[in-house]
Amino acid sequence: MVDVRSGIGEALPPPEVEDVELYHPHSWWTRYVFSQDAKIIAIQYGTTAIAIGMVALVLSWLIRLQLGFPGTFELIDAERYYQFITMHGMIMVIYLLTALFLGGFGNYLIPLMVGARDMVFPYANMLSYWIYLLAVIVLAASFFTPGGPTGAGWTLYPPQAVLSGTPGGRDWGIIMMLSSLIIFVIGFTMGGLNYVVTVLQGRARGMTLMRLPLTVWGIFTATVMALLAFPALFVACVMMLFDRLLGTSFFMPAIVEMGEQLQYGGGSPILFQHLFWFFGHPEVYIVALPAFGIVSDLISTHARKNIFGYRMMVWAIVIIGGLSFIVWAHHMYVSGMNPYFGFFFATTTLIIAVPTAIKVYNWVLTLWRGNIHLTLPMLFALAFIVTFVNGGLTGLFLGNVVVDVPLSDTMFVVAHFHMVMGVAPIMVIFGAIYHWYPKITGRMLNEAMGQIHFWVTFIGAYAIFFPMHYLGLIGVPRRYHELGEASFVTTSIAELNAFISVMALLVGAAQIVFLFNLAWSLRHGREAGGNPWRATTLEWQTPETPPPHGNWGNELPVVYRWAYDYSVPGAPEDFIPQNQPTPGRLSHETVS
Amino acid sequence: MAVVVILVLLAVGSVLFHLLSPWWWTPIASNWNYIDNTITITFWITGIAFTAVVLFMAYCVLRFRHRPGNTAAYEPENRRLEGWLATGTTFGVAAMLAPGLFVWNQFVTVPQDASEVEVIGQQWLWSFRLPGADGKLGTTETRDIAPENSLGVNRDDAAGQDDIIIEGGELHLPVGKPVKMLLRSVDVLHDFYVPEFRAKMDMVPGMITYFWLTPTRTGTFEILCAELCGVGHPQMRGTVVVDTEEDYQAWLAEQQTFSQLSASSETRAIPGRVCSGSPSGIATEQGTGAFALFEEERKCFGPAATTVAASAAQ
Repeated sequence: MVDVRSGIGEALPPPEVEDVELYHPHSWWTRYVFSQDAKIIAIQYGTTAIAIGMVALVLSWLIRLQLGFPGTFELIDAERYYQFITMHGMIMVIYLLTALFLGGFGNYLIPLMVGARDMVFPYANMLSYWIYLLAVIVLAASFFTPGGPTGAGWTLYPPQAVLSGTPGGRDWGIIMMLSSLIIFVIGFTMGGLNYVVTVLQGRARGMTLMRLPLTVWGIFTATVMALLAFPALFVACVMMLFDRLLGTSFFMPAIVEMGEQLQYGGGSPILFQHLFWFFGHPEVYIVALPAFGIVSDLISTHARKNIFGYRMMVWAIVIIGGLSFIVWAHHMYVSGMNPYFGFFFATTTLIIAVPTAIKVYNWVLTLWRGNIHLTLPMLFALAFIVTFVNGGLTGLFLGNVVVDVPLSDTMFVVAHFHMVMGVAPIMVIFGAIYHWYPKITGRMLNEAMGQIHFWVTFIGAYAIFFPMHYLGLIGVPRRYHELGEASFVTTSIAELNAFISVMALLVGAAQIVFLFNLAWSLRHGREAGGNPWRATTLEWQTPETPPPHGNWGNELPVVYRWAYDYSVPGAPEDFIPQNQPTPGRLSHETVS
Repeated sequence: MAVVVILVLLAVGSVLFHLLSPWWWTPIASNWNYIDNTITITFWITGIAFTAVVLFMAYCVLRFRHRPGNTAAYEPENRRLEGWLATGTTFGVAAMLAPGLFVWNQFVTVPQDASEVEVIGQQWLWSFRLPGADGKLGTTETRDIAPENSLGVNRDDAAGQDDIIIEGGELHLPVGKPVKMLLRSVDVLHDFYVPEFRAKMDMVPGMITYFWLTPTRTGTFEILCAELCGVGHPQMRGTVVVDTEEDYQAWLAEQQTFSQLSASSETRAIPGRVCSGSPSGIATEQGTGAFALFEEERKCFGPAATTVAASAAQ
């Protein structure tokens, strides 16, 4: 029955290609700035993503200050409010989550986990980062342009996105946003091709696809999806840019704006929505699948138990990835598209719940009969399961077409997607940083600061977004600068809103502790050694920590087993690294 | 141990919050209580699943947390268990999807006897059009929109002459009669949303969308815009009044038809879009952005819009 770790003792394939000689840096500039080392690029991606993410965090405070205490802060007028929500959403989804999971974790972990010296196209990989940085700069620059950034909402729906009733619509804002997205997609494509080809072609001998850690499966599948989905965003942005600058009418029908007949005619606003969500729904899983993969490895390592149902987990990732391309219109049930589409998209959307549920079962069944070490990565993994299950289940409301009708465009949606693609993946990001920081820096993050960070973030985030669903159930619409008087709500929701805002400020403050910890532990953290978590995967078996350029010293690793040989009966230790030939003997690299 | 306590508190607390908090949907005023029922079914199934998963996790952490001498079991797969869980989940999902699709079928099937009402959205105002005595709405064309024909009714279409035009006022509907809401926008996306009706639908320039409902109780309800339509989005409010048949007919008799409005358009100011010059032109030249436009709007519209704009300016 247990044949997932098949191949113990089987003959290794001969090497197909010679070990490659890497480009070696000659100066400080090429070593640390214009570096072609995937690990340096990963850190560049990570720090840039976190830096722009801090902007999004501050914006979320401003949004919550307005919603919790309407009318108190004159700075936050309607125009600015819409600019804040737009920039907050776009930064979080694209420039933080996508960039951090794929550009950050993907770059650091793929070569190390598959046993490669680097990404297969190091130069394109370097370009990918610099183009991403340019996209971030263009995005951030839109704050300082005449009229400010766009306030069209992160979905940028035309026609309002390019008309004067929306901040930045007739000014620079929307142009900067679309340009930045176009640049981002170009940069991402260079990185994405690297990740895919490295996983397919760069694996060490013995590292079959079914021996890959789930982290790699998650990032790999997400990258394939991104390469297929981002072009839809790309063309949508180009077309809207043409509508805005050249007077084409891809998305613009005949319009009378403020009494004035515009020159547009014949276009379809819904076409944009189809293009946007053909990208936008896979995007949810582009963020979620790396999180699924990483959290599987965190749970397995820290529960000292093999991931339950590895093959099922791999297939679930692949099936979710595939299905996510035929569910996009569940974002458009009330968009005015042909309502009969609802039958199809509701069915596909609810089908996707089955493989997703299987993943959840397998995570908790990995805990079952485990040996659970309540380390910080494990705590964040548990928090991920709670918030993901919560957010996933509310997805069954919104995916079920008729239930979506009253809830669509309300705060229920805001609560749902924050829980499922905001809080849950970010819990994984935190867990992953606590887990891999020792490999990246050679030092452990401070435990006490980590505990404060965890408890405030987890409980606080749940307290923000769980009650928020009920605002939507009452009928409070999203994207309202101020609800004001409304006959259908009780006045007590003002108190609920104030409570949510206070929690949001608190959770935001806890992130400062986290950032301080990252900086402080760089110098003062406890020395970690090569494999502090006693993990099986290859990145923990490098000869040096942090691994230098080229990762593996003179000899590439050879893989003999799957990534989950924890607590194997009869083995002397409760883990057997992937590059160890027989269960009985520990290779010298793994002694920390 | 703190983890176990927190996980249990979180599961129990979420259930208690659901049951005890004062925040629940507003009483329904349409036939779509089927939707409410589907939501209730979904709450039950998802609530049980959530509580079960979180409590099971709490149990695992309590029972299998690391203590000296503990070792984890080694069990890579368990096909039977995985099979059972997948099957159970499939049934749970089907139990939610089936009623959902059943009700959706009702939602997209407009009854033959439904009367038609047209709702027109524009930044940031609701207007309405009812078929006149002939029971038919005339055709419309965005290009025909002009100060004296702010809804763009086709002048050459005989069916449109007796259409009743309500600009910026209240919409009245008779109780107990199915009505098909035809939705149209002249500028950007809007969404006709009355929380008590449960139903909503986007309004898209360039096309006509629809949904149907049967109002089930009389009363005055608020119309909100549920699709971001620019800075005035939260202030885009309207009123729908569900009347008894008698009151409805009395209200209907007071309304003006398109031809009546056209005839008087030379002698009286129409509360149309354009006042003097081009507001959007002025605002863009001044570079003051969308809010200036909104202010301009207020000057155009007079008292009704002023309250709207004033609340926006706060």
